[in-house]
Amino acid sequence: MPVRIQTEDFDVSAEIATLRGRNPAVGAVASFVGIVRDVNAGERVSEITLEHYPGMTHRALQDIVDEAKARWDIVDVLVIHRIGALRPTDQIVLVAVAGAHRSAAFEACEFVMDYLKTRAPFWKKEQTPAGSRWVDARSSDDAAAERWVR
Amino acid sequence: MDDSDLAQKSRPSEAQAGIIDILYFARLREALGLASERMPLSPTIATAGALRAHLQARGGAWAIELAGDRPVRIAVNQVIAGAETPLHAGDEVAFLPPVTGG
Repeated sequence: MPVRIQTEDFDVSAEIATLRGRNPAVGAVASFVGIVRDVNAGERVSEITLEHYPGMTHRALQDIVDEAKARWDIVDVLVIHRIGALRPTDQIVLVAVAGAHRSAAFEACEFVMDYLKTRAPFWKKEQTPAGSRWVDARSSDDAAAERWVR
Repeated sequence: MDDSDLAQKSRPSEAQAGIIDILYFARLREALGLASERMPLSPTIATAGALRAHLQARGGAWAIELAGDRPVRIAVNQVIAGAETPLHAGDEVAFLPPVTGG
């Protein structure tokens, strides 16, 4: 499954090993791991809760993966996104791209992450000493995704 | 109260005569105090944009949260829609605040 949404943690090494399998055409794997930090917008964060739109999330992520495959010469893509309650230092998301060469793998990995941040229906709520609050979208994320529009 | 699991239930779209399912997520769900509702389709809410205006007219939090300058996106049957996207019986219409995953 190239796209997974799960509450459980993931093992990056095992996931990458599965992604590239025994395919001798794969010469490069680029990956990104997103991790929960203990501070955001000047406040300590003790926990975050990730909500999503179950009916739409999988399809939105699959569309992003399909577009990456159409735009770059890559072999395969894996996206894992966690939902539910997470704490600082927990892994949230993994994007891994296997390809023949590093350039396409790096670019496609960044593209998938930029589009995921702005198009996949996930929402974070964080617990701070002042109470819980929904995380605001960042304009820098929109700008990052804009780079890929053509 | 953590009602995030309310939104975990996706409702099957029923092609029932003249009914649409409306879903609200995250900040919107909390501000409106509602995770979902069913509504009979009518000529005055024939598009996604018209439905938004119809809900806005309820006043209070609805008027504030769904105001034209708020960055709310609408998905019809799990695909991001425009204001002109037509609505049909059995559609699932979701109101989404700006996404913050990753």
